[in-house]
Amino acid sequence: MVTPLGCGVEHTWSALTAGKSGARRITEFEVGDLAAQIACLIPRGDGTNGTYNPDQWMEPKEQRKVDEFIVYAAAAADQAIADSGFSVESHEEAVRAGVMVGSGIGGLIGIQDASYTLAEKGPRRISPFFIPGRLINLAGGQISIKHGLKGPNHAVVTACSTGAHAIGDAARLIALDDADVMVAGGTESPISRLAIAGFAACKALSTAFNDNPTAASRPYDKDRDGFVMGEGAGIVVLEELEHAKKRGAKIYAEVVGYGLSGDAYHITAPTPDGDGAYRCMVSALKRAGVTPDQIDYINAHGTSTMADTIELGAVERLLGDAAGKAAMSSTKSMTGHLLGAAGAIEAIFSVLAIRDSLLPPTINLDTPDVETPIDLVPHKAKEKKVRYALSNSFGFGGTNASLVLKSFDG
Amino acid sequence: MSEVAEKVKNIVIEHLGVDADKVTLEAAFIEDLGADSLDTVELVMAFEEAFGVEIPDDAAETILTVGDAVKFLEKATA
Repeated sequence: MVTPLGCGVEHTWSALTAGKSGARRITEFEVGDLAAQIACLIPRGDGTNGTYNPDQWMEPKEQRKVDEFIVYAAAAADQAIADSGFSVESHEEAVRAGVMVGSGIGGLIGIQDASYTLAEKGPRRISPFFIPGRLINLAGGQISIKHGLKGPNHAVVTACSTGAHAIGDAARLIALDDADVMVAGGTESPISRLAIAGFAACKALSTAFNDNPTAASRPYDKDRDGFVMGEGAGIVVLEELEHAKKRGAKIYAEVVGYGLSGDAYHITAPTPDGDGAYRCMVSALKRAGVTPDQIDYINAHGTSTMADTIELGAVERLLGDAAGKAAMSSTKSMTGHLLGAAGAIEAIFSVLAIRDSLLPPTINLDTPDVETPIDLVPHKAKEKKVRYALSNSFGFGGTNASLVLKSFDG
Repeated sequence: MSEVAEKVKNIVIEHLGVDADKVTLEAAFIEDLGADSLDTVELVMAFEEAFGVEIPDDAAETILTVGDAVKFLEKATA
């Protein structure tokens, strides 16, 4: 993974469980006239100490042709595939290994720049790499080319639910025997004047903490006023269980449940009763064959907007009497909102919570806006054995996804 | 090497990410320098931009080597 907390799973996870925020003031472009002047940006550097150096993942001449979401995906996929120990050795293996990597927006910045070129210099100056460097499915396309993955090649586009849907859909393709191995996840590189102007116009972004960026993403807190935009990619290698066992793969967890639902209500707002989120979680638990009291940890969608309380209400409705022993945190308090990559990095965080028996915290939760029996893991990470974790993602358009992940018992 | 040739060489190095010593006048973009068909379209655009000329599609199709580009651009800018 590549996140505002670092390049690589371990760097991100150690910062996350230490309660570190990835937010800072944007210095990459002019923000004086923007309502939101902060974001969670990937720490760039020479590639050491968890910094992200794109040259390690893609040749500079290839980077020039694509938007950054494709480079982030290439980096995250390389890491995940290397960690999995899987490599394609034959044609038979190649056709059974696929890719499902999505993005919420894709190459927004490249489209913006090309439109300037078109206006200023005319159509003859539009690069032949303009289209293939901006299309959302080209993140997966590039990964398939690099790693020789000739199985299903698909891309999810469901706004902020993209990453969760990609992992869930990829797991289904394996369950339906369309593939043995799927490289799945989400990627996003939205941070630009255009995206900030657009999301700010939707009143979705935090604007009250421009001078105190690390305090801006504060899910469930009474002073929360919107999400903080993030960037990066999260990618996992999913594998059919017997296939993984046979090659002695390191198995982190199992994807045992996946639920989807639609709100059919509003283009950006969830239904006030959170029914879409509730139905989505119910169907994920049903698929997993578990009861609500078996869920040890929930990684919330929790974007630090008014919708936090709607999700919380839906989770309370789901858990019923079990709410008092449940724990739920929003890691967006630290990573910001990675849009199409959010569901993927949060599924990975849920898996790591299982691996390490450690719940990442919700930081900045100084004055809870809500009274709830659910432990929101304020400020500090907490040790807890996790057998089942639930990860929620909800997107514009009323699109919901929930994943249930289970510790692997051998 | 002429001024035009030097400029062409630098554009090719930048766009194709190849070592300078490979960019000889005889080097073919696709066979010798690893370009694909999209790379060659972009190269022609870069030549147009850098030299302020227009290279029609039928002429672009005849520019297969570094030398072809130099010859065309020397004539076009003479």
